[in-house]
Amino acid sequence: MMNDPAIYGPMAGILAMAFATYVTRVAGFWLMGHVTLTPRVRRMLEVLPGAIVVATVVPLTAKAGMPGLVGIGVTLGCMLVRRNEFLAVALGLTAVSLTRAFWP
Amino acid sequence: MTTHPKSAPAPYWSLPGLADGAWRSAPLVPGTVVFSMAFGTIAAQKGLTLADTVLMNALVFSGAAQFVAIEVWNNPLTLGTVLSLVTITAIVNARFILMGASLRPWLGQLPAWQAYPALLQNVDANWIVATRYRAEGGGDVSIYLGSGLALWVIWVAAVIPGHLLGAFVKDPTRFGFDMMLPIFFSAMLVQIWRGPRRAIGWGIAGVVALAASWLIPGYWFIVIGAVMGSIAGGFIDDE
Repeated sequence: MMNDPAIYGPMAGILAMAFATYVTRVAGFWLMGHVTLTPRVRRMLEVLPGAIVVATVVPLTAKAGMPGLVGIGVTLGCMLVRRNEFLAVALGLTAVSLTRAFWP
Repeated sequence: MTTHPKSAPAPYWSLPGLADGAWRSAPLVPGTVVFSMAFGTIAAQKGLTLADTVLMNALVFSGAAQFVAIEVWNNPLTLGTVLSLVTITAIVNARFILMGASLRPWLGQLPAWQAYPALLQNVDANWIVATRYRAEGGGDVSIYLGSGLALWVIWVAAVIPGHLLGAFVKDPTRFGFDMMLPIFFSAMLVQIWRGPRRAIGWGIAGVVALAASWLIPGYWFIVIGAVMGSIAGGFIDDE
């Protein structure tokens, strides 16, 4: 195979992955400590959480197709009516499974 | 109407907050159990021992990254594979960079020796739980830590039966668990809604992320969409 003589045990892989994850977990927080929180930066940070949520939800839902759309629709509808995330998640997951079972 | 972090209470810790935080991540427990068991099964097939698998779940604690990384895993590992593992993990978890940035106005008021260890257990679930709690004017950082630790315990424990029993959970997409995170996120989005002005940035984030997911393979779409939406939102001035 490839000329790659260095051989490592699984521990090396686990520690490498842990290190990479920890860097991502602290890097943004650390970086923002070196940025002056002007009103504009503050506004960006206020928009950021919802932007992360929407940027995650929209593509994953589109990828899941009709069952994904139905699931998110049921979840949002339930939240608007009842404001209960336990119920919303349960109904959303149920909607995804049911749509998958019956959608061609 | 809008809550500014400036006016929100300073961060503090409390014991009841840990339990409250754990309870707030409870809707995600069934899905976390299923995914952790599924990961244990895959890890066993890839030749990881039970101890290694438990250790990986405990130290890495990142479902999406682990599922992608285990695909390139081989035994023994070459240097090239270890570097691939680092790259894959960093790319899939790049969204954590943004989550950490968004926590700065709150956790930045804590001493570094408290803020950084708390951040080491950041995952999607406890970040959104804490974000929603903060948006409602809360200051207790234990909510963030408690919801993360609860899922961490489950993520570490449930991998054991998955590894030992094998093929117990063949397909996590059954029962819609692959949509668990988007569903929980969208439920929380209703809770952090603060009027249409901020939602313009969110809409831009969604459109850009969707386009990025079609154009660029991998997990870049979250970071690209969120950054663009956030920058755009920052330039929409409050009244």
